[in-house]
Amino acid sequence: MTASLTMAGRSIRLSRRNLDLVIMAIMLPVLLMALFVYVFGGAISATASYVDYVVPGMVVLCTGYGASSTAMSVADDMKKGVVDRFRSMPISSFAVLTGHVTASVARNAVATFAVVLVALLMGFRPSASLGSWVLAMGLLLLYVLALSWLAAGVGVIARTVESASLLGFFMLFLPYLSSAFVPVSTMPAWLRVVSEHQPITPVIETVRALLNSQPASSGWLALAWSGGLLVVAFGWATWLFSRISRR
Amino acid sequence: MIVETEDLTKRYGSQTVLKGLDLKVAEGSVLALLGPNGAGKTTAIRILSTLTRPDGGSARVCGFDVVREAAAVRGVISLTGQYAAVDEEQTGRENLAMIARLRRFARSTAHARALELLERFDLVDAADRRVRTYSGGMRRRLDLAMSLVARPRLLFLDEPTTGLDPVSRTTMWDAIGDLVRDGVTIFLTTQYLEEADRLADRIVVLHNGEVAADGTADALKNSVGGTRLDLTFGSFEDASRAQAVVGGVVDGLRLSVPSDGSAAHLHRVLDDLLAARVSVLRVSTHRPTLDDVFTSLTAVAA
Repeated sequence: MTASLTMAGRSIRLSRRNLDLVIMAIMLPVLLMALFVYVFGGAISATASYVDYVVPGMVVLCTGYGASSTAMSVADDMKKGVVDRFRSMPISSFAVLTGHVTASVARNAVATFAVVLVALLMGFRPSASLGSWVLAMGLLLLYVLALSWLAAGVGVIARTVESASLLGFFMLFLPYLSSAFVPVSTMPAWLRVVSEHQPITPVIETVRALLNSQPASSGWLALAWSGGLLVVAFGWATWLFSRISRR
Repeated sequence: MIVETEDLTKRYGSQTVLKGLDLKVAEGSVLALLGPNGAGKTTAIRILSTLTRPDGGSARVCGFDVVREAAAVRGVISLTGQYAAVDEEQTGRENLAMIARLRRFARSTAHARALELLERFDLVDAADRRVRTYSGGMRRRLDLAMSLVARPRLLFLDEPTTGLDPVSRTTMWDAIGDLVRDGVTIFLTTQYLEEADRLADRIVVLHNGEVAADGTADALKNSVGGTRLDLTFGSFEDASRAQAVVGGVVDGLRLSVPSDGSAAHLHRVLDDLLAARVSVLRVSTHRPTLDDVFTSLTAVAA
């Protein structure tokens, strides 16, 4: 436990000192919000409430960048001798990854906070009760946790830091194929199949419904996707890490 | 025996990196594993420090099996790898305190221990600077300090001075010497014969995954022959005339004569040459170095 906390402290300190990561976590949400609301927003939706629509998608889009940073920092540790030092010490083998995942969740929390703050300034007026906020944030936390473990696993198997960043590319693409920016009903039928059967759509739909006080009909589906992904990603990442010694 | 390996084997694909390594290291001694790149030195250290599993054979460290009792092994060893395993974006103090916390020191004792090591390794002035700004020598010293946080019984040093300038290398050697006096057993790898000569009680020469020689530096040197005199002449003619008088082997302007290293023998050689009117430009005595050992061993094994 102490080991995991120490490693989390380390990862958070390292991300705070990495200027790229700080900019990524704070500036990116701000710029993307401005881009979507002011540049595309008018064309996508005539209603003034596009900002209300797009906030959950923005949060999820930023988690994609977050995942990429996480995979890259894990890959960086693996490439340098640091991980050898940790592995030759009497600490639990996944404390290293737990540290990265904790920092990843913290970075995403900052990014989410930035998105919501900017959105409020742009006229976002959520009607959610405190309970709905808690549920929405809880679901996002679960999703980010799952994504962070997935990123940790990618970081372990990636041969280079650059290839670890490919995860970000993939995770950035997925939200565009979901209901993040436009309703699924506007897509061609074949694409709709894709977008309805990936984890991001139910997560976004649920968060949006919760924040706008609508019935969250895809709640269980979102929970199942995120929980399932978390279990699989956690198992995969820790299994990969324990297998390093066979190399 | 603090380290005991038996028939240790490791393969990477079709390549066998270790071919049945048998090693015994006594507690409190310094063993140098010497060999060129690709000889299997790092693989041996990685197996003994529980980072890699062997494909065959067994290894025990402080009596614990490195595969089945890896956690116990990790409790008594420390590893300083080939590349300084330090966090560039943390300060020296933070790096040390982090290791202390991971080694289950309480917060306050962790900081006290960090300070103690900063002082010992002459890093106090740089303690609160990020490691990114450190020189190569400072980085290595910090790396070594991080390995000593928990006072290991056995310390693995994988090429501890590769890439360092001569001054930093001497500083590292002094630091390692201090550890030996404290009773820490040291298992180091190196490609530098001078380093093995200076630090180790016992040298194991590894070549293509096999032990090519094992012994003290002196024993290894004696195994390739005794002292010789190298005489240098002004012309090839002088060199061959000298050979006719005192024997030996000519190589260009140089004549090498076997010797017992005594002043009397040197006197006799020079007197004989003076009597024969051959003038000698320079004389040097040459004791075999580990370089000679190494060259002859690897040449035979190849």
